[in-house]
Amino acid sequence: MALVDRTRELEALASERRPIGWDGLTAAEMLTESERRFAQTGSYYGLTGELELKSGDPIRYEKLFSRVRGGLVSARETALNISASPIVKEIGELCFALYTPEGDSVALSTGIIVHVHTMSDAIKHMVRNEYEENPGIAPGDVFTNNDAMIGDVHNADVQTMVPIFWEDELVGWAAGVTHEIDIGAKTPGGVPVGPISRFEDGIDLPAKKIGSRDRLWRDHVLAGQKGTRTPMYWTLDERTRLAGCHMVREAVERVILEEGIDTYKRFVREVIEDGRRSFQSRLREMTVPGRYRAPAFIELPFAKEEQLPSYARVDKLFHASVELRITRDAVLELDYDGTSAWGYHSANCTPSSMQGAIWVQLTQTLICNDKVNDGAYFGLRANFPPGTLSNHANPNASTGNAWYFLIPSFMGFIKSLSRSLQARGFVEEVLAPYGLTANAFQGGGVTQYGTPGATTNFGLSCVGGGAKMLLDGLDYGAAMWNPEGDMGDMEMWELIEPFLYLGQRVKPNTAGPGRHRGGSGYECLRLAWKTPFFEMQNLGNGRVFMQSGLWGGYPAACGYRHNVRDTDFFAVVERGDPYPVHEPDPADSALARDVQGRREFDLETTTLPHAMRQGDLYLCMFRGGAGLGDPLERPYEAVMEDLTGDFLLERYAESLYGVVPGNREATEALRARRREERGREAVPVREWMEGERRRLLEGDLIEPIKRMYAESLRLSERWAAEFRGFWDLPDDFDFEVATPEIDLTRQLEAQA
Amino acid sequence: MRLDSATLRDLVDERLPRGEVRAIQSAYKDAGRFDAYLALLQERVEWDDPIVLPFGEHLFVVAKPGAAGARYVVKCDCGHEFCEHTENWKLEALIRVRDDAESLREIYPEKMHGDPAWNVLREYFCPGCRTQLEVEAVPPGYPVVHDFVPDLEGFYQEWLGRPLPGATA
Repeated sequence: MALVDRTRELEALASERRPIGWDGLTAAEMLTESERRFAQTGSYYGLTGELELKSGDPIRYEKLFSRVRGGLVSARETALNISASPIVKEIGELCFALYTPEGDSVALSTGIIVHVHTMSDAIKHMVRNEYEENPGIAPGDVFTNNDAMIGDVHNADVQTMVPIFWEDELVGWAAGVTHEIDIGAKTPGGVPVGPISRFEDGIDLPAKKIGSRDRLWRDHVLAGQKGTRTPMYWTLDERTRLAGCHMVREAVERVILEEGIDTYKRFVREVIEDGRRSFQSRLREMTVPGRYRAPAFIELPFAKEEQLPSYARVDKLFHASVELRITRDAVLELDYDGTSAWGYHSANCTPSSMQGAIWVQLTQTLICNDKVNDGAYFGLRANFPPGTLSNHANPNASTGNAWYFLIPSFMGFIKSLSRSLQARGFVEEVLAPYGLTANAFQGGGVTQYGTPGATTNFGLSCVGGGAKMLLDGLDYGAAMWNPEGDMGDMEMWELIEPFLYLGQRVKPNTAGPGRHRGGSGYECLRLAWKTPFFEMQNLGNGRVFMQSGLWGGYPAACGYRHNVRDTDFFAVVERGDPYPVHEPDPADSALARDVQGRREFDLETTTLPHAMRQGDLYLCMFRGGAGLGDPLERPYEAVMEDLTGDFLLERYAESLYGVVPGNREATEALRARRREERGREAVPVREWMEGERRRLLEGDLIEPIKRMYAESLRLSERWAAEFRGFWDLPDDFDFEVATPEIDLTRQLEAQA
Repeated sequence: MRLDSATLRDLVDERLPRGEVRAIQSAYKDAGRFDAYLALLQERVEWDDPIVLPFGEHLFVVAKPGAAGARYVVKCDCGHEFCEHTENWKLEALIRVRDDAESLREIYPEKMHGDPAWNVLREYFCPGCRTQLEVEAVPPGYPVVHDFVPDLEGFYQEWLGRPLPGATA
């Protein structure tokens, strides 16, 4: 009895801890108060008037921001050297951010900043669920999260969060995220295509406490090592995040020591409100109020995947119904009403991931050179309807490959914003849609060292950027989710992947054509090397373009698959014959001509993994960005440069741009003929609509398109009314296809 | 950064060195840019209707005098007038649809143009000058996308603090 009594006494002592928040409040009470003040005033923390610190001592205010920002950037640049993963060390797929006690971001480092807001959601989840009381939030504690329902994009983005205390008060959080090379999901890699439920998404860390006294608990470390195909990278990435968080904490402590805690507290409130005001004034300065629309599409053709259960073996076409509204009171509204239903695949998104994506797009457009923090979040409203791909609202749905929907769905955001920027005359900021960061060269099996392993090759972070109004798009250098595109070194990838690079070079015609073309993609031809088996997936669009360019610019090209198994490659080499190193023109392919084997040369660009072994060949094609403007207006010289730079196959100079190489006069004449052809071949839109309407009424569409329309019609009354109204269809018009995911959503809503 | 009219003209005409464009991008935005851009565009068109809003490459919203106050119409730089600015100008355009492999291969190589059963390209041309003004990449049966409906009144009266050109008081 005595021992039990002693335990109860200790528990009583622990429960007498005073609240860790400011002014005697708990952290949860602080969050409630912050939200109440914002709801009441529309300003962050109710700061409605002059920002006293900023206006009273502007130099000190700016120095404070710079010091905090400097601490974050320094933490990232130093900590990444702890990692061994090329994704983190070479490409920089990590970032650190500083938060208020309630979880609002104050400042951030460079890097994969899409996660600055997702980590905010994770911290708020812990605060709201009173982690302060249980499991406790104390100096030296360490927390983690990778749950997209709580605050993340997908499991592979693993977060570490460390509370920062001053004396006995919680003054903030330091947090960091890295993208894992493998997350231990059903299929290998960091963007796994295989999962059809969250139980297959890999290591699951739903906002957990994982350490104290500045050390990770051993049970967590050991569990992590068992949960992934790449334990060394996992362990070192975890240390990277923890070390970075501690560096950020130290930087903040130093600032508080020198500036005083009251100044610091005032500063974090003001700097977020400053960010909110700055965002709204940017909207007023650079955009035009109104309504913008830019739907996007991508296919998921899984009917062919015999390994999947019947309910997941479905060909789907995803519809991202994107509407952007800028209100007269300078609020940005983003609405996904009409978007397709979630599904039994890994491409579902949560509101947190969508908010993160909005935020990273804003940092590269409207708020790129000011106080970048959660202030912008407070200046926007979003609608991600439950049951759609933008908010699956199903506790069992997989988000392992959420990027597959997230990336195309934000192409319209950039496009719409560009219409606004041009209307205000800021032509230097206009940008056509970016490229899909694909193909994902991803898989797992036995490495060249004879050991188990897995990879996600981040060469995909260098696809083509969208065309600009004043310039062609950035060639093989962009990723929508990280402002610093970097493909890494081939030599580094060859160290961890049992595949040699036979060649890596620009891929002609990947860029979306236009007066300015999009940025070009590139391709690598990989030879499986010293592996008995390595299961490789394919991932990217092959059947649909996703999103067109701006003002007459075409979309970037679709991808395709060209993989060859059981090849005679080594016999070709032994004979001394030339072997292929790339495939500039799939219609005239050395890979098809010179190497024999079991060939997959088709549009099946998203597949589950299938084994490859030494001597097999894998062509990895990275996409381009969309074009801008009428291609017939592309300067003759620019087309000639495209030819000499291998960005364009010669026959397309004429058929696409109306350019006769080497002959300007003939070019002018050809372009005039092209315009005449347009007049002859085109018809008035209203005339064409009659035929299109008949096609709908007759149901002359493939099954995936019927399913796509049925989902949008059944999920959104507004979208349904507009669709039927536009085509003058009966009020009850629908397609006879089952939408079981919507039925389940309705059941979940009824239960809730 | 405030640009003089010659610099703005050179920026629009892509004659500025890259470094200078980069500096303009990084600088704070000039509140006078809208009016300067409007003036530049107005100077370049051969008609007199006042431009109220640039509306993408080649297109403008212009004010047309009317008995009951001005109408605001979408107009091409060639002079062709489409419709009211709240309507979708594409419905008054010409269209060519690339919905088979042959027509798609004029733009993209084999295997890089997707599957026309899933996705088609719609090209919208000005009936006046045959300029390709927009392209849509959508599945068959998708409604014509209404890209942009500007809130002209809100923009002028509440953001710019002045009445819409041609608006009755």
